[in-house]
Formats: sequence, C-alpha cells, structure tokens
Amino acid sequence: MLFRRINRWCVVACLACATTLAFAASERATEALPVAEIAPGLFVHVGAVAPMTRANEGAVANVGFVVGSDTVAVIDSGGSVHEGRRLLTAIRAVTEKPVRFVINTHTHPDHVFGNAAFIGATFVGHKNLGRALAGRGMFYLDAFRRELGDDIMREVKIISPTQIVDGAMRLDLGNRVLMLRAWQAAHTDHDLTVLDQNTGTLFAGDLVFLRHLPVLDGSLRGWLAVIGQLAEVPARRVVPGHGPVADWPAALAEERRYLARLAQDVRGAIKGGETIAAVAKSAAQSERMRWELFDEYNGRNATAAYAELEWE
Amino acid sequence: MFARAVSRSCATSFRRWLAVSALAVALQFTLAQPSVAQAPTSEDIWNELANEIFKGRPLADGTGLVGIEMPTRAEDAAIVPVTMRVTMPLGDPRRVKALTLVIDENPAPVAATFEFGDNAGVSMISTRVRINSYTDVHLVAELTDSKLYVVKTYVKASGGCSAPAAKNADEARASLGQMRFKTFGNPTNGGASLAHEAQVMIRHPNNSGLQRDQVTLLYIPAHFIEELAVRQGDALLFRMNGGISISEDPNFRFSYLATGAATFAVEAKDNAGNMFRNEWPAKPGL
Repeated sequence: MLFRRINRWCVVACLACATTLAFAASERATEALPVAEIAPGLFVHVGAVAPMTRANEGAVANVGFVVGSDTVAVIDSGGSVHEGRRLLTAIRAVTEKPVRFVINTHTHPDHVFGNAAFIGATFVGHKNLGRALAGRGMFYLDAFRRELGDDIMREVKIISPTQIVDGAMRLDLGNRVLMLRAWQAAHTDHDLTVLDQNTGTLFAGDLVFLRHLPVLDGSLRGWLAVIGQLAEVPARRVVPGHGPVADWPAALAEERRYLARLAQDVRGAIKGGETIAAVAKSAAQSERMRWELFDEYNGRNATAAYAELEWE
Repeated sequence: MFARAVSRSCATSFRRWLAVSALAVALQFTLAQPSVAQAPTSEDIWNELANEIFKGRPLADGTGLVGIEMPTRAEDAAIVPVTMRVTMPLGDPRRVKALTLVIDENPAPVAATFEFGDNAGVSMISTRVRINSYTDVHLVAELTDSKLYVVKTYVKASGGCSAPAAKNADEARASLGQMRFKTFGNPTNGGASLAHEAQVMIRHPNNSGLQRDQVTLLYIPAHFIEELAVRQGDALLFRMNGGISISEDPNFRFSYLATGAATFAVEAKDNAGNMFRNEWPAKPGL
C-alpha cells in the first residue's frame, strides 16, 4: 500500500517539477550558499544536523573551499547539484580564481551529490573512492530519487575521482599547500582528510562528527584506531563532516567516547550470546541524550558493529 | 504514458524492470486509463513472483505454522536480520521440509531456500539480508504434506547513506572463505534430545553483480555463496541455496536437536567454483 502512495506522490512531484520547480531551481541556483571565513581564505558552510530531505535539499554536510594565490580547492560538494551551484556562487562572491580541485572526503551522497556543479575540475579522492562509488552509486541515485524527489536528483551524476590519494599527497593552490591523507577503513573504507597548513585547519570529513551521532559505515575497530592517529595531526581547528567548527584535537573526545561505548556494549552482547537484532536496540543507550539523530543511526551502528566484532 | 513511466522510475527498484518488466509492460498496455492506481501493486508483484518461483502451485496461509521476524525499518541496508521460525502446534504430525525466503522488491527476490534434514529439528533459523527498497518479504514453507504455506512481513528501506554494499571491501576479499562455528548455551541445560542453538559464519563478499564501475561502465561480476550445507556427524541439519540478497559474510544462527555426534561440518561453494570446508568437534554435552 505504501508503495502505491509513493507512486502517486512521485507523479505529482514529477509533473509539478516539469513546469514550475525546474524553473525555480535554476533561479535559486544564483543564491550563494551561506559561508563563513573561519580562517584567512578558508570558507565553510555548516550543514543542518538532519537527515537529507526534500525540505533541506540534501544540504546537511559541512562543505568548504580554500583559496590559494592561483586556484581554489573545494572540499566536498554537498548533497545536490543545486547545493554545489550555490557553493560555486559563494566562491565567485569571493574570488574569480578557477576551481581547480574538488576533493571528496568519501562517497556518501551528502558529500558528493554536488560534484556535477564543478565539471571541468580535477576530482580528488581516496584510492578506494572509485570502487565505493561503483558499488553504491546506482543504488544511491535510485534511493535518493525516492527520498529527495526527481527535481533535486535530475542533474546528480556519480563522478569518480580523476586523481587518487594512496597514503598522502600535497596539493599546491599557489603559496598554499593542502596536505591530503587517505586513511584505513574507519567511517568508511575510503576516508580522506585535508589539512590546510597555512592556517592549521583540518577538514576531517566524516572521520569527525560533533552533535550529529557518528555513523558507522566502514570499521569500528579501524575508526577507534584512526582517532588515535588523527589526534596527532598538527591542526588548531577542525571542520568536522557534521556539526560546528571546533578546537583540535579536543573535538575528538565526544565521538571517541561514543564509539568506545558502542564497541564495549556490542562485544559484551556477543559474548553473552545475544542476537544481532536485540543488540540493535540495547547497545550504547547510555549515549542517547548526548547526541542528535541518535534514534536514526544508533541501531544501524550497533548492527554494523555486531557484524564486524563477532569475527574477533 | 508519461505519468506511468515517471512513476516507475520514481518508485520501482531494479528488480521490477529487470525481472518482471513483462508484468509492468503488460499492465501498461492492457489497462486503458493511465491512472496511477493501476501501477502494479505489491500483491500483483507477489502473485507474479510466486507463480514464477513455485510454478503455479497453490499457497495456503501459513499463519500458526511458520513465522518471520524482521525489523519494521531496515537499520543498515546491507545487514537486515531475519528470523524464520517453525511454530506448528505440538502434536501436528507434519514437519517443515523447506523454507524459501523471498524479498519481493530486491534485484534477486529469492534470497535463499533452506532444506532441512529429516531429524534435524531446526525450529528457528536466522540470517541477514540486503534490503534495497520498501518491500514485502515472504516466507514460504513446504511441509511434509507436500503443500506450500506462506506468511509475510513488510520492511521499510533504510534511509540516508546506508547502502546494500560492502563496508570494508579489502577485509572481505582478504579473508575469503574463513569460517566460524559457535554453539550457544541451552537454558534448559539438558541432554542429547533437547534443542540447542548454533551459528555458522563464512567470510565472503557476496557481491551482487549489480554494481557498475563508473569509469569503465562495466558491471563488477557477481560473486556469492550459492550453496552451504551444515551437518551434525553425517546427518544433514540444513542446506541453503542462496543468492545475492544474503549479506556479506553469510551468517546463519539456528536451533537443532543434538544427536551426540562428535563433529559439526560445513561445506560451501560459491559461484566462482571455490569450495570451502571446515569441521569442528561438538563440545561434550551438546
């Protein structure tokens, strides 16, 4: 039955978008995405702490850009081509320099669906990003057409990286070097961070969450190990994937506590013979009041953690 | 026509246009008015599927004979627990010969078929599946009366960035074929004829083959466990024939009647011709 409701709803949305919405979208594309210059030449848009919805047009991840003396680098392109275009408008309000690089911190739709707004740039990602996009891209296009609607999804393209990072890489924007680092499986199996050396600002992608419950889509054991190494990164502040810009490395404390609690609870449950379905409801409940979107993602995290940790 | 095409692209999974596109096309031509209400319903989809899978055999209501438990919403699209139970009343002389698990809206709807050994006593079996979309999930039991009985549940797809794909692809590949066997304590702590619970795990990517490389535009080949058999001594507990809807690292937790046999053995093969075999001693008292 629900299925039929969706059908009907889709048709209404699609017919509407064929007329008014498509026009409205192109008008709105000129509106700049609100950004803050958190360090000289380094701009950030802090996304809504929310799931991607039609109302927020998928604009939930933090996105940003760094301006060098020659070129601009974008770090994550947002959750729709519309958001990507608004980001480009925000860039143009600051500089006429070309956007040479679009760095994708990982494959999730809220970070890469804006890529098509920057066609012509070099797309930079972890060595495993292309594989992840291959495995998930078609599914994401299909699933988010359902969740965001055809209007928002029409122009979204899955764009694979043309420059890959295996280990570490320097990107020179002109008198400004970005240090890129590809990590072992943690939030995903293709997380990439970007350190702006001039200002000591770390774009951590979804290796760091604040306020928004961390989401596990890679390896819990890997993530806890990576947090230890991340803490050594010589930065003053962090732009997390979700949540406010914060001091570094103090910003790691909250998610480290949550992930450690999750691991401890799930290990205990596995040892006690509890089923994966039961653990989805019981693990890490002591963290519930400390995070937004806990009910949306904790069961998922516990499920993934169980499937990983039962092989220990 | 336009409305119908759009509605299909919005709400339909791959499966429909891959596997029952014939149904959709037929409906498109046979129904006169292009009204949305005439898009294939979940009942239409199931009737078509059931007809294909069970060759037109009638399906009776299985309520009270078997049960299926799944979360109402898939938390992680790649790992959705499903528990199948035999719930026949005491004294019913029939037993379950086979169970078929069908995820209607998945690209490959038949997730698995389980056949049970004659005296295996498997009254519960749970595994984990991928859920691509909002879907009915049907469980069809074949009883020793040679009739088919069906029950169903409904699962909402997971939202957000969750995908029915590998989380840690290198790990899955590096440890291909590793197995684990666990037994769980029985609260009634009895002897050889009481129900016990055990779990079989095998490392395998169980790739769907529906993943398209965006650079080469080629599909990554499907690679999955197609058959897995679990034995207690020489006696078959169950044999699973499965496909790409079973999650990465296939995992089966089940109850059984202990016979006192000295070993448990698992044999599996995948669609690439790899054979995996392992054996474990039964713990005393189990």
